[in-house]
Amino acid sequence: MKLITAIIRPEKLDEVRQALISAEITRITVTRCAGRGQAEHVDIYRGLEVAPALAPKIRLDIACNDEFKQVTIDAILSAARSDEGEIGDGKIFVTALEECIRIRTGEEGGEAI
Amino acid sequence: MNALSLLSVTALLTLFSTEAYATPPAVDSGTTAWMLTSTALVLLMIPGLAMFYGGLVRTKNVLGTMMHSFSAMAIIGVLWTICGYSMAFGESIGGVVGWHEDKFMLSGIDQTIMKGGIPEYVFAMFQGKFAIITPAIIAGAFAERVQFRGYCVFIALWSLIVYNPLAHIVWGGGFLTGDAIDFAGGTVIHVSAGVAGLVAAIYLGARRGYPRVAMHPNSLVMTMIGAGLLWVGWFGFNAGSSVESGLKTGQALAMTQIAAAAGALVWICLEGILHKKATSLGMVSGILAGLVAITPAAGDVLPVGALCLGALGSVFSYLAITVKNRMGYDDTLDVFGIHGVAGIIGAIGLTFFLRDVPDAGVMVQLGHQAAGVAVAIAASAVGTIVLVWAVDKTIGFKLDERRELAGLDHSLHGEHGYGMLNPS
Repeated sequence: MKLITAIIRPEKLDEVRQALISAEITRITVTRCAGRGQAEHVDIYRGLEVAPALAPKIRLDIACNDEFKQVTIDAILSAARSDEGEIGDGKIFVTALEECIRIRTGEEGGEAI
Repeated sequence: MNALSLLSVTALLTLFSTEAYATPPAVDSGTTAWMLTSTALVLLMIPGLAMFYGGLVRTKNVLGTMMHSFSAMAIIGVLWTICGYSMAFGESIGGVVGWHEDKFMLSGIDQTIMKGGIPEYVFAMFQGKFAIITPAIIAGAFAERVQFRGYCVFIALWSLIVYNPLAHIVWGGGFLTGDAIDFAGGTVIHVSAGVAGLVAAIYLGARRGYPRVAMHPNSLVMTMIGAGLLWVGWFGFNAGSSVESGLKTGQALAMTQIAAAAGALVWICLEGILHKKATSLGMVSGILAGLVAITPAAGDVLPVGALCLGALGSVFSYLAITVKNRMGYDDTLDVFGIHGVAGIIGAIGLTFFLRDVPDAGVMVQLGHQAAGVAVAIAASAVGTIVLVWAVDKTIGFKLDERRELAGLDHSLHGEHGYGMLNPS
């Protein structure tokens, strides 16, 4: 089992969700978050450009069985990347998932995902 | 003394006082006080509309949407001073548009007291608020997907080419003045804005993702506050349109209150029956539908008429929105469904509830009302399609995909409406 965490542009969320649904990945968790990569996020306040240290981003958490790892990554990549690929498009982290338990039934492992 | 002789005596007196001695009418402080209040109340409707619309869009578009209403205050506020008032209320040129050099730049009205005893400045500013709110209403139809500069140019041209002539035709001495009853702007404002919204929404196409992606209002709390401000402001809008402070003012104010309540009640009842839940958005939609429906009729119908028009406005707006959802065009905030449809219902329907049945008969009046609505629809539809096309082809109107998805607030204005939602 893998835990796929993607940090994407907020405006790409709709497209990424659509791509994931098309790839039959429907169980996801979405969080608003803020962070700092290479991208700068500039706002204007009464004529003064202010660059907050942290830019608003969307974080997706998707737990999946190993065989769905590549499908999920491909779907996110296809939808979250700007035309030519630009700074600020985000990152995908894949981590090994030790255990998964469904609270309702107590099922464990791949069955519970 | 019968009404006719009273009328002729009054006419003689008017002739006597203005022609023989040419003394200007004195300021009537009561009327002037109410008209000043009304002017302020109508202005309050524009931030009210900004909140109403602003709450209904997605978080990323809240400022961009509120800026549409506020920009109308800035742009039309200047244009009305320069030439708008002159075009709407100057001497008629062929019954279509007005012009008077005293009204151009408001240059010759500094000392003018109008017939009702109010300074002309007050009347000009009162009417200017109507000119401001009309394009601001249209903005709801293409919310969340237009260029800011394209919008600014569009409303400026729309005001000059559609609103000013239409206001002149129905109110300012044009060819429908005196025939069609439009007490406070049912056709001039709501029908014309509704139709313009419909035409622009269809031309510009739907928001990207509509209707597949869920597009939730960011704050119905703000929408309800906005609707409250609109209701309060509407007393200035309707009761102020009597341009006096007397019997007609009281009649218009009462009918406004009655129709708004009837519209709200009917809408939540419809929802309660059809969906088993009365929603806050339904409540405010019903308030607006009722207010729009009574706008053309406020001074000329009885309470039973106000109840019926408010209720009918709500029912038909509800139906129109249901039909819209089936047809799939994207009138974002239902400008046509509420302002267009309830405006038409009010303008046509008032014929059957008139306090004084006109001498020519109900059917003749119905013809005048239909003509008023038809002129508003035609002028607005033709003017809007030409302007939307011209603006889109020159400086651009529809927003590109990248900036639309990123949201108006950041991509067009460099700001965020709700900074606190993210740590930064």
